[in-house]
Amino acid sequence: MNAADKKRVLREMLFARRFEERCYEAYVERKIGGFLHLYPGQEACAIGVMEAARPGHDYVITGYRDHIHAIKCGTDPKAVMAELFARETGCSKGRGGSMHIFDVEHRFMGGYALVGGPFPLAVGMAKAIQMKGGDEISICFLGDAANNQGTFHESLNMAAVWNLPVLFICENNLYGIGTATHRSTAVTDQYKRACSYGITSNQTDGQDIDQVYAAAKVAVDFVRSGQGPYFLELMTYRYRGHSMSDSGAYRTKDEVEEWGKRDPIIILRDRLIAAGEITLEDYQAMDKEIFAAIENEIIPYAENSPEPKVEELEKYVLAENDPYVKGGVR
Amino acid sequence: MAEIMYWEAIRRAHDEEMARDPLVIAMGEDIGVAGGTYKATKGLYDKYGPQRIIDTPISENSFTGLGIGASFLGVRPIIELMSVNFAWLAMDQIFNSAAKVRYMSGGQLTAPVVIRSPGGTAHQLGAQHSARMEKVFMGIAGLRVVTPSNPKQAYGLLKSAVRCNDPVFINEHELMYNMKGEVPDGEYFHPLEGSEVTRQGRDVTLFGYNISVHWSMQAAEILAKQHGIEAEVVDLYSLAPLDRAGIRESVSKTHRAVIVEEAEAPVGVGAEVMAIINEECFFELDAAPVRVSAKMVPTPFNHTLEKASIPNAKDVVAAVLKMISGK
Ligand SMILES: Cc1ncc(C[n+]2csc(CCOP(=O)(O)OP(=O)(O)O)c2C)c(N)n1
Ligand SMILES: [Mg+2]
Repeated sequence: MNAADKKRVLREMLFARRFEERCYEAYVERKIGGFLHLYPGQEACAIGVMEAARPGHDYVITGYRDHIHAIKCGTDPKAVMAELFARETGCSKGRGGSMHIFDVEHRFMGGYALVGGPFPLAVGMAKAIQMKGGDEISICFLGDAANNQGTFHESLNMAAVWNLPVLFICENNLYGIGTATHRSTAVTDQYKRACSYGITSNQTDGQDIDQVYAAAKVAVDFVRSGQGPYFLELMTYRYRGHSMSDSGAYRTKDEVEEWGKRDPIIILRDRLIAAGEITLEDYQAMDKEIFAAIENEIIPYAENSPEPKVEELEKYVLAENDPYVKGGVR
Repeated sequence: MAEIMYWEAIRRAHDEEMARDPLVIAMGEDIGVAGGTYKATKGLYDKYGPQRIIDTPISENSFTGLGIGASFLGVRPIIELMSVNFAWLAMDQIFNSAAKVRYMSGGQLTAPVVIRSPGGTAHQLGAQHSARMEKVFMGIAGLRVVTPSNPKQAYGLLKSAVRCNDPVFINEHELMYNMKGEVPDGEYFHPLEGSEVTRQGRDVTLFGYNISVHWSMQAAEILAKQHGIEAEVVDLYSLAPLDRAGIRESVSKTHRAVIVEEAEAPVGVGAEVMAIINEECFFELDAAPVRVSAKMVPTPFNHTLEKASIPNAKDVVAAVLKMISGK
C-alpha cells in the first residue's frame, strides 16, 4: 500500500466504525430488529485482507458479522443499511437481515448464521473456480470458535486433498460469545490447527493493518498461484458485545481497555500523522464527512425505502417457471 | 424402449448429463474407483476422471456443503449420500444452506444441487441402516423431494433434477436398484412435480410412493381377483410438493383413500396426504381415510421382527376390506 492507499483504507476503516456505531443506535431506536453483530475493533481484518485480494473479483463468504466484508467487496452501504432496516431495497430484498447480507454481483456470497457453515461452501466455490480455470480465489472469513465445528476439519481436509484455491481467514477475537478460547479449545493458536491438514498457515497482528496487509498479500499470492489452500489467523478484539445482548461478564474492564489502546484506526491514523501524510485536522474533517454521509444519505435511504410486499412473501422460495418442474421438456 | 435396471437408469442419466455439460459432476463415498455402492456411477470414473467423479472423504455434511458451494458458481453436482441414515449428518448444509440460500439472498443465489440417497429397509441391515427419512426432507421450504418407483422415473427424475434450478433430494431405495423396467431410448425428462395413476380403479385409491407403489399394485391385484374390488393406485413420486390436484381427482372418483407408506406414521407422508384430502375433498369421502404404515420401532435385526415392522400387500388388502366391508 502506498500513502494514497493508506489514506483510503484509513477512511474505509473509519467509515466501517461509524457505520456500525450508527447501526447500534438504530437498533436501540428499534429501527433494526433481530440479531445484530457489530465489527468495531476488527476493521483491519476484513479491510486489510481484501485490500490484498481483489474485491468484486474474488469470492468472499463469512458468518453473521458480515456488514463490513460486504461493503469492502463493493456493496453499496445504503443497500446494507436498507437490509438492516428490512426494506425491499436492501441487498437481500429484506429477506435476509443483518446476518444474511448477499451481493452476488460483487461476489460477496453471503453471510451465514450457522457457526462453521461457510467452511464447506467456501471450499465448494474453490472447487468451481478450479474446474472453470479462473484466476479468482475463494476467501472464507470466520471466527476462532468456528474452528471447533466439524466443518472446519472436514473442509480443511478436502481443501488440502484437492489443492483448492481457498484462503481461510480466522479472525481470532479471543471469544466465542462469552467463552474464552482457552476454555473451549485445546490448542488456542488456531494456525497450528491448520497444520494438521498440511495447510500452510500463519498468524499475525490483526490490529495493525500494515501487518494484516503484508501477511494477506503472501497468503493471497500463494493461493492465486495454484499452490493450494492457506490459513491466516489474525489476532484481534471486538470492542462491543458479541451481539446486542451481551452481559460483558466474561471479560475484565482492564482487558477491554488494554485492547482499546490497540485500536486499528488509531494505529494507522497516528502512523500517517507521524509520517506527515495527514494531520489530526484532516482526520477530524474526514470523520465529519463520514458522519454526514451516514446521517444525510444512508439512513434516510433506508428509512424511506418501502418494505417488501406481503403478496411477494413466497417469492424466492423456488425457481419461477422452471421448465423441468411441470414436464413437457424434450 | 429397452428394459434396464433401476441402477442402470441412474447411471445412464449421470452419463448423459456429464457428457453434455462439463460442469456436471458427481461426488460421494466410493463412487469413483470403486464404482459406487449401488453401481450408480459404474465406469464413469474412467470416462470422466477424478475431477468430475469425486471420491469424497467420509464427511457427509461438508462434502454436501462443498457441492452446494460449487453450485453457487454454476457447477451442477450430483451428490450421493451412501445411505439416508448418513444424510442426518448432512442436514445442516441441506437445510440451512441449500434450501434457504435463494430466499435469504432475495433470489440472487441458488443452489442447484441434486442429492441422491437410498433409504428404506432392506434385508436385516439393522436399526442404523434402515431408516426412511423422506418425511424429514419433505417439510422444508426451498427443497424439492422426489422418489422414483421404477427405472423410468429413476432416469427421468434425475435428468430433470440436474437441469432444474432448485435443490432436489432424490429418495431412492436399497431394494430397488436391481428392479427392471422400460426406459425410453431417447432422452426423457420426467416432471419433478405431479403424480401418476399406475392403475385405474373406481372403489378405493391406494396412494403409494417408491416401494409402497409396488405393494399397492400387488394389493390391487389381490383385491380385484379375490374380492371384486377395483383399486386405483396413485404413485406420489413427488413428495415435495405433493400433488394436491392429483390427490383430489382420484379421491373424488373413488371416494375412499388408503395411504401406504414404508415409514412410521407420525408426521409422515400418510398424515400429510390425509390433511390434503381433508382440505381438498372432504365431502367426497365415503369412509375415513386410513394409513398403512411401519411400526414405531427402530428397525429390528431379527428377520421375522423386521418383516413385522414393515407393512406389505396383505396389510393393504386387510385395510381396504375393513374400510369397505367393515371387516
Ligand atoms: C451451529 C451454531 N451453534 C451455535 C450458534 C450460536 N453462536 C452464534 S455466534 C457464536 C460464537 C462464535 O464465535 P466465533 O466463531 O469466534 O466468532 P465471533 O462471533 O467471535 O466473531 C455462537 C456460539 C450458532 N449461530 N450456530
Ligand atoms: Mg471469536
